[in-house]
Amino acid sequence: MIRHAAWFGLLLCLGILANPAPALAAPSSGLPGDSVYQLDLPLLDQDGKAMAFASLRGRPRLITMFYSSCPYMCPLIIDTARMTERELDEAQRVKLAVLMVSFDTERDDPAALKALAEKRKIDTGRWTLARTDAGNVRKLAAILGIQYRQLDDGDFNHTSVLILLDAEGRVAARSEVMGKTDPAFVDAVRRVLADGATH
Amino acid sequence: MKGSAGRHGKWLAATLFVALMSMPAVAADYVDVPAGAFQSVLPTADTPLDVSVAALAMRSEPVTNAEFLAFISAHPEWRRDQVPRLFAESRYLEHWPTANSIDAGQARQPVVKVSWFAAQAFCESEQARLPTWHEWEYVAAADATRRDARADPAWRNRILGWYERTSGGDLAQIGGDANAYGVRDLHGLVWEWVDDFNALFISADNRNQGDPDLLKFCGAGALSMQDRDNYAVLMRIAMLSSLKGADVTGNLGFRCVRPATEKSQ
Repeated sequence: MIRHAAWFGLLLCLGILANPAPALAAPSSGLPGDSVYQLDLPLLDQDGKAMAFASLRGRPRLITMFYSSCPYMCPLIIDTARMTERELDEAQRVKLAVLMVSFDTERDDPAALKALAEKRKIDTGRWTLARTDAGNVRKLAAILGIQYRQLDDGDFNHTSVLILLDAEGRVAARSEVMGKTDPAFVDAVRRVLADGATH
Repeated sequence: MKGSAGRHGKWLAATLFVALMSMPAVAADYVDVPAGAFQSVLPTADTPLDVSVAALAMRSEPVTNAEFLAFISAHPEWRRDQVPRLFAESRYLEHWPTANSIDAGQARQPVVKVSWFAAQAFCESEQARLPTWHEWEYVAAADATRRDARADPAWRNRILGWYERTSGGDLAQIGGDANAYGVRDLHGLVWEWVDDFNALFISADNRNQGDPDLLKFCGAGALSMQDRDNYAVLMRIAMLSSLKGADVTGNLGFRCVRPATEKSQ
């Protein structure tokens, strides 16, 4: 009994002394431990709509990071994602979603993302351009294995990569081949889309 | 209801006892580090090497096992048997006897085998964050009397001597000699996570050309670094740049920083 009370005191005390819980591990029902949706990540899309990262669970998705004023690599990332989609037949393509999250927390507000979507004629029904805050950009990049840093002129050096997530948010494949399709990656996309259909 | 007064008393005693026991974890010692500029070994593109660091308060010592145990007691989602694999690999805290206990001898050792995500969460729990590479490098440039001792060959050799020792065996306890800022154990004990560990690739500018694989091999880019004699610091960058956020190693710990708005308590 005394032991019990001491324990209770310990818990209570730690509870009181504890500071607000870090908002990292999101509560999750049956979410795999290695799902990227474990990250409690608030996003704002090109229409200014707020959404939780974990709300994207349930559908296979290509995810990448970019910034809209990027002169060379980022247009190529969009091109490469499109080339990958073109390898799919229509029935498969409609099941695949795309999420692009910006590194550039200063310049990429929803208006800038919207402007890019219009300029590149991006179908925002299936594709989402999104932003978050600087701390969460660092965390998302860490989860996705993306390296980046901002240069003094405001541009970014960054890993250019397409990452395939299955419906549960597990990384199924990644490709750093840019400017042409990567057959192994396209195969992985087909496999994940077919897999999703059987469940 | 019988005997509730007695129970109440024990309760209070237990609470008080634990409060006292956990004081060191709560009242971590942060020391003020004034703003300044210095020459980083890590160039930011083709700009001059002078890097400005804003004033900050830095933990005077690395986070210990006892402090990390207090953290996971308050935030059990970071226990090794509960943390999602996304945030910490399987060897996370594996040197602890159980998921929520440490050996007495571990209490004042720096915590190691912690992932970047776990280190971030710890710092956030005390309204702090991990230092950036430049912040860490700036404070670590000091010796006991000078804020920038890096040009002194004797200082460099002393640090290199630590890297030459084989790792393995028990970690020492925190509490080495203070540097000019009053910060301890930046060298000679463990390596430390930084906030922007995934910004430390070496290639100067890869926006429009080059083999993307170069990003993964800092050795290939090491010659573009500015201070080739400072091997000790270069090794840190090489190690950090090779890690993923969920990785842990047996000699990698961390400390936290806060903005220096007010005197830390």
